[in-house]
Amino acid sequence: MTHPKKLTLSLLAAALVASGCAVGDDDGGEYRGWFRGWRQDVAPAGDPVYVAECGSCHFAYPPALLPARSWTALMDGLADHFGENAELPGDTVKALTDYVTANAAERSGSRRAQGIAASAPLDTPLRITDTAYFRRKHHELRPQMVESNPKVGSFSRCEACHARAAEGSFNEHEVRIPGYGRWED
Amino acid sequence: MSPMRHALFLVALASAGAVAAPPPAARQLLDGWRSEAGAEFSAATGERLWNRAVTSDGESRRCATCHGDDLARAGKHARTGKPIDPLAPSANPKRFTEARETEKWFLRNCKWTYGRACSAQEKGDLLTYLLTR
Repeated sequence: MTHPKKLTLSLLAAALVASGCAVGDDDGGEYRGWFRGWRQDVAPAGDPVYVAECGSCHFAYPPALLPARSWTALMDGLADHFGENAELPGDTVKALTDYVTANAAERSGSRRAQGIAASAPLDTPLRITDTAYFRRKHHELRPQMVESNPKVGSFSRCEACHARAAEGSFNEHEVRIPGYGRWED
Repeated sequence: MSPMRHALFLVALASAGAVAAPPPAARQLLDGWRSEAGAEFSAATGERLWNRAVTSDGESRRCATCHGDDLARAGKHARTGKPIDPLAPSANPKRFTEARETEKWFLRNCKWTYGRACSAQEKGDLLTYLLTR
């Protein structure tokens, strides 16, 4: 029979090793153990004017999901915002531009945001869904789950599958695809 | 029905059909547009404008494309699917209570639907119509 102290020490060591290990999935920011926790989540859209204006037609995308130069380009082109007119008074545009650029991907501590910033070094992606990071994370999805899924329709509708998107959380273990259920890797 | 009763019935009907007084912001906007407009604002003209279909980028666009055919019910953004609160003040008393908001949406939505900003006359007619819903 193993000495009790040795057993305790081995168990403790095993627990420490286990907690320090990355969980096997490729979820863009390993679980850092009970102590360091998840650092994937991005800060959700927090500015009330941003949420009211930029969340009036679609999900209020967290500013950390695009680099600052992308935000500048978007805010400059609101009159033709992906085919829609999203014009705003000049003072509002200025305030919103300040907010989104100050909270853009390269300025965020989130691993996801860093992944996005790093995945588009030479481009100015206007869509989060166009970034290499996003494509990598979603490449296993079949069209019938998203584009042809009447309950989803587009990858731009984060909130359709990511229940906690409004909290800045896009953890794949929390994904539920309408009509398909939980996403099992 | 006796003539007297008939008259009373009509009066009651008319009162029942009377809409609530327009919000101050709406009155303010209408007053502002009136000076630029050429004719008295008319709900009937507004209704025609509201239902007008314009083809843009190969698709037919009308106000109802997003707002729906029943203004007392929620609409839906034609592209994103996001629900849009009812436009009828009778169903949604917050409508047209903020001048800046109303102007903002007229600008964007006239441009999207008609391909250009609406004139003061058109906005006046449209708002006059919407205030009856």
